[in-house]
Amino acid sequence: MEKKDEADYKRAHSFALVRGSDMPDEMRAETIEMCVTALEKFASDNEKAAKMIKETMDKTFGSLWNVVIGESFGLDITHDVKGLLYFYFCTVAICIWKCS
Amino acid sequence: MPQKATSQKNKQVSPKVASQSIKTAPPKAVKPAVKKKDDENATDMGDVADEWMQGKTLLKPPDQLQLSEAELKEELTRVLTANNPHAPQNIVRYSFKERCYKPISNVDQLAIHFSLDGNMLHKDSDEARRQKARMSIAEEYVADSIAVDGSEDGRKENLGPDEEKGESEDKGTRGKKEQKLTNQFNFSERASQTHNNPLREKASQTEPPPRANFSAIANQWEIYDYYIVELQKQERTKEKQKAPPVKKEDEKSKKKQSTTESQSDDITKVSSKVVQILERMVNQNRFDDIAQDFKYFEDASDEFREQEGTLLPLWKFQYEKAKKLAVTALCWSQVYKDLFAVGHGSYDFTKQGHGMLLFYSLKNSTYPEFIFKTDSGIMCLDIHVGHPHLVAVGFYDGSVAVYNMKEMGTQPIHKSTAMTGKHTDPVWQVKWQKDDMDNHPNFFSVSSDGRVTSWTLVKNELMYMDVIKLSVDGVALEGQGDDQLPTMACGTSFDFHKQIDYLYIVGTAEGKIHKCSKAYSSQFLETYNAHNMAVDAVRWNHFHPKVFISCSADWTVKIWDQTINTPMFTFDLNAPVGDVAWAPYSSTVFAAVTTDGKVHVFDLNVNKYKAICEQLVVAKKKNKLTHVEFNPVHPIIIVGDDRGYVTCLKVSPNLRKMPKEKKGQDVPKGPEVEVAKMEKILSLLREPTSAVKK
Repeated sequence: MEKKDEADYKRAHSFALVRGSDMPDEMRAETIEMCVTALEKFASDNEKAAKMIKETMDKTFGSLWNVVIGESFGLDITHDVKGLLYFYFCTVAICIWKCS
Repeated sequence: MPQKATSQKNKQVSPKVASQSIKTAPPKAVKPAVKKKDDENATDMGDVADEWMQGKTLLKPPDQLQLSEAELKEELTRVLTANNPHAPQNIVRYSFKERCYKPISNVDQLAIHFSLDGNMLHKDSDEARRQKARMSIAEEYVADSIAVDGSEDGRKENLGPDEEKGESEDKGTRGKKEQKLTNQFNFSERASQTHNNPLREKASQTEPPPRANFSAIANQWEIYDYYIVELQKQERTKEKQKAPPVKKEDEKSKKKQSTTESQSDDITKVSSKVVQILERMVNQNRFDDIAQDFKYFEDASDEFREQEGTLLPLWKFQYEKAKKLAVTALCWSQVYKDLFAVGHGSYDFTKQGHGMLLFYSLKNSTYPEFIFKTDSGIMCLDIHVGHPHLVAVGFYDGSVAVYNMKEMGTQPIHKSTAMTGKHTDPVWQVKWQKDDMDNHPNFFSVSSDGRVTSWTLVKNELMYMDVIKLSVDGVALEGQGDDQLPTMACGTSFDFHKQIDYLYIVGTAEGKIHKCSKAYSSQFLETYNAHNMAVDAVRWNHFHPKVFISCSADWTVKIWDQTINTPMFTFDLNAPVGDVAWAPYSSTVFAAVTTDGKVHVFDLNVNKYKAICEQLVVAKKKNKLTHVEFNPVHPIIIVGDDRGYVTCLKVSPNLRKMPKEKKGQDVPKGPEVEVAKMEKILSLLREPTSAVKK
């Protein structure tokens, strides 16, 4: 039962749930899409996923982006206006911000 | 044996030999040598020695060699060589080459007798050069300083020393390769430095891009909770979508609209009271100096101006939508001392449009407190004294209306129509009366159609009653015969007596003023031939019961005693007079406005013939002033013009003079004083009236 529930909720939560964002809408949508791709590609390795996300963001939207992916962390950051995205995906929370 | 081998030469060099032999020969040999020497001396000097020697006997030391005479005569040869006697005769060295001892052929015969180390250096040697260099630096230094002096002084005298110094300099220059060669006889050095511009540092920094802070905590329970909430929301929206579509969607859209509207109207939801206060605060700050002037400024220069006074411009009220309309009526509220009403319309017969009724407060000079738009131009208005929310308005189209300020509507609560007895011509004046016996508010109106009508508000209806009909030849008498149609005079203004309720005066377009009573509807009490043109305004004096004032387009203002047919005072103001008003604080002060934009203030107590203040009030002379009103409490007047502006002016102290206090006497204040004042003036005129006025 527990395993089923686990599997259920893992499936149920397999979408990006934005918690906080400062970006314009299209930018946000694009970023979320790209992040989800990265996370699914490097499902086991958060570090590689973060690296990929950061590099893509830098290329598309300009430097300088910071990416944090984790299951349990606290944060207090200063970011450029219109450069923050904080969302959940399955069991991880991802925070991306721009600070040039 | 060698000693014996001396030749004859020895005789000449005998002393030398002897000495030589003394040195070299061993000591034992000395004596024989000595002897030999003596002998030689003896033989040399021959005869002389012999002779000398004969006197002596030879002493023979005991250890002297005993030689025979033959041995003594034996000649010995001696050879002198330059050989070093100490040098060995043969030196043998071991030769490693041949592995045997070999004699060296030449034996060095050099004998050093004396050596002394000197301290002289060859001038080309290293040490000498080094020393020279050291010396030359020091010398040069000295030489330069001396050379400068030397060149300045007589050259011939110092030629010698200069040369020396030049030489030393030359020597010095060899040490320093880069020294410039200067003319030693004629050289002066000069240098100068240009002015370097001061340096200035300039820096600028671009503005950093805007930043914001963000903080959050990410842990498993937060993530889980949030997902659950999101999923619930999604379920709810799905359920809603499944429900019947059309109507609910409409409702939703309406709700959405209302919510958006409410969001946007939040500002208006903010209490209008608050907004009003804020607006007033802002305006007060903006026009702070005007507010201060209004309250406290008293023109100090009035002391120097004997009798004249000035009007200090304060606020200027204008409403953009009323800009094209002329100010046709002004009225202060008796209860709210800072509130006044402005009626807008047009005096031009050809250009008739809509009208506006605006209420301004002195506390907010930029925007009216109340705005009412009317179809027809307003010609007059009056605010009820007892019920300050009731405003009576007379229109150009002949109708009258009553507005209730308490209600928020834009329409009057009562309006007269063709059925209900509206005038057929513009209503020139309306005035509230005391409530009638049934406590109904009522007001009077006068119009160009010759009727003076009384209107009463009875149970939400406006009832009218013609009080009097004006006509050219007196009151229109009914049944006057068909051949004579009564020509109606046009009433242009009226005023009710302050104390005597039923008494009122009416001014007409023909220039006549009729004194009437409410009781008598068929007859005038009196008629005055006042002016040559239409009477624009008539006003009773606030204090003196018998005095009233009238003004007209014939450029004159006249003051009347009601008992006398001719005016007491006549003032010619050089322009058509639009309006005249008594001051509420004095019985002898009044103000008149003319179409050339001037306000004339008179004080009969001060100057009976001339205005004590004549001031251009509006910016352009083309603005015609149409109305003037005194504030009942404050020393200000409002003046309206035909461009729609209302200007507020402060009356300077000279214009509101009170009678001088005599020492020790209490000045009785109150209307009696004013009455007495006026009476005094009039009495001056009355007695010699016949003499003066003719």
